[in-house]
Amino acid sequence: MHPTPSVIIFTALSGLGFGLLVFLGLQMPDVTGGVAFIFFAIGFGLAVGGLISSTFHLGRPERSLKAFKQWRSSWLSREAIAAIFTLCVMAIYAIGRIFFDYDIRILGVLGAIMSLVTVFTTSMIYAQLKSIPRWNTKLTPVYFLSLSVGGGALLAGQIKVCLFLLIIAGLFQLIVWIKGDRALALSGTTIGSGTGLGTLGDVRAFEPPHTGTNYLLKEFVYIVGRNHSAKLRIITLILMIGTPVLLLSLPFSHLLAALAVISHVVGLFISRWLFFAEAEHVVGFYYGKR
Amino acid sequence: MTTLPEKTERKLGLVIDLDTCVGCHACVVSCKGWNTENYGAPLADVDAYGKNPVGTFLNRVHSYEVTPEEGTPQLVHFPKSCLHCEDAPCVTVCPTGASYKRYEDGIVLVNESDCIGCGLCAWACPYGAREMDSVEKVMKKCTLCVDRIYNENLEPDDQIPACVRTCPAGARHFGDFNDPESQVSKLVTERGGIDLMPEQETKPVNKYLPPRPKDTLEEIDILAPLLKPVAEKPDTFIGWLNKQLDKI
Repeated sequence: MHPTPSVIIFTALSGLGFGLLVFLGLQMPDVTGGVAFIFFAIGFGLAVGGLISSTFHLGRPERSLKAFKQWRSSWLSREAIAAIFTLCVMAIYAIGRIFFDYDIRILGVLGAIMSLVTVFTTSMIYAQLKSIPRWNTKLTPVYFLSLSVGGGALLAGQIKVCLFLLIIAGLFQLIVWIKGDRALALSGTTIGSGTGLGTLGDVRAFEPPHTGTNYLLKEFVYIVGRNHSAKLRIITLILMIGTPVLLLSLPFSHLLAALAVISHVVGLFISRWLFFAEAEHVVGFYYGKR
Repeated sequence: MTTLPEKTERKLGLVIDLDTCVGCHACVVSCKGWNTENYGAPLADVDAYGKNPVGTFLNRVHSYEVTPEEGTPQLVHFPKSCLHCEDAPCVTVCPTGASYKRYEDGIVLVNESDCIGCGLCAWACPYGAREMDSVEKVMKKCTLCVDRIYNENLEPDDQIPACVRTCPAGARHFGDFNDPESQVSKLVTERGGIDLMPEQETKPVNKYLPPRPKDTLEEIDILAPLLKPVAEKPDTFIGWLNKQLDKI
């Protein structure tokens, strides 16, 4: 899959933002007034920034309000509704915490749960696609959710929780890669099943339909990104998990915490880039590629 | 509405005969022509006369080489367009309701004025049947020439999809798969029509007829020319001629 920047930014930032809102809704840290304002501003900034970024992926962003209609069948529609609902609930809760030093408990808990639901709906946009075997697994929501709460705990300054969650997220990331590498082969889809000619013999793509490229090849057959995937995976684990865990294990200082956040975010972006770049769409078989 | 109808009144679609297709791409050209001038936004071409031409097509013809365990490889031309699946994954993922499957005839269409160009339907389609138009920024797909098949201003012969109408080899057939007596239903039964990527569980309506087995020649012994003639003592005219020649 073509790793479009707007979608990478969307999933990474909104994941982090809603992850932070989970902890703020649960009063971790228990802050009010100006400090609460800064925390909530970061949470909202990331979540909303991610959502705005996602609209750059649209061909016709001026029609994006129409995307709230089909929640009965579409995970993308559910995601849009869940995100707006969560932001509204958390906004009321945040106003109470910041300006009135008042804790509307039920809204905080509801907002935290809905933040998780929102990240889940985001992950299901990808996990639902049978056409992309690497994503079509329960591990995709697990990968998105574990990184979201891990990064959220880091931003919320919940060091003990964060250490635990980041290590878990790192383990899930490893499983996602190992299982993902076999997903296409295990899906049963081949050039033989795609053309229906597999029962007659070995099928080889002889001539593509056109001499030039097309939308399908540009969008779904992204080979360049896979060349360095092994190196990038190691870099991801070091930056996203290893470095923050190490820095947070040292005696606390704001500088180290800031470095941990920067390292984690850079690692997260590489992880998300790989998530897209390594994913193989079965349409590639028609072109003798993957 | 992007939920799928449980059953459609008619099940219109194509049968594509891989045995007959000669790979001339006439269906590609007629499809592009009709669908650029009629229903919906035109199919864009970018840099059409330059170094890197790219365009939107609703139908593309691939060519594959099939090598059996024994025997010679075979070239198969393979036209591919939307299969109008019964369980179309492209429809259910659409957040706006722009993609829908019609109850009356099962055609999968895009309402272009509702399409936000998110591309998720193209991601969901395992066949690569949907292409985002690079100029209009909306999703384009085969309409089964919905503006031809019900168009009473056209001659009855022309009230079929452009690709079927134009195919010089008769490799494309159009009809209702819900009617067991239709030509397409009969072809599928007689020739063993198949689904593409059945494991993707999309239940495609369009069917493909696999190439028929190739003829085989009777075995010839390569040593045959070295064998003795069967008739050692020729008689009749050849025998007489033989004798006369010996006398000379």
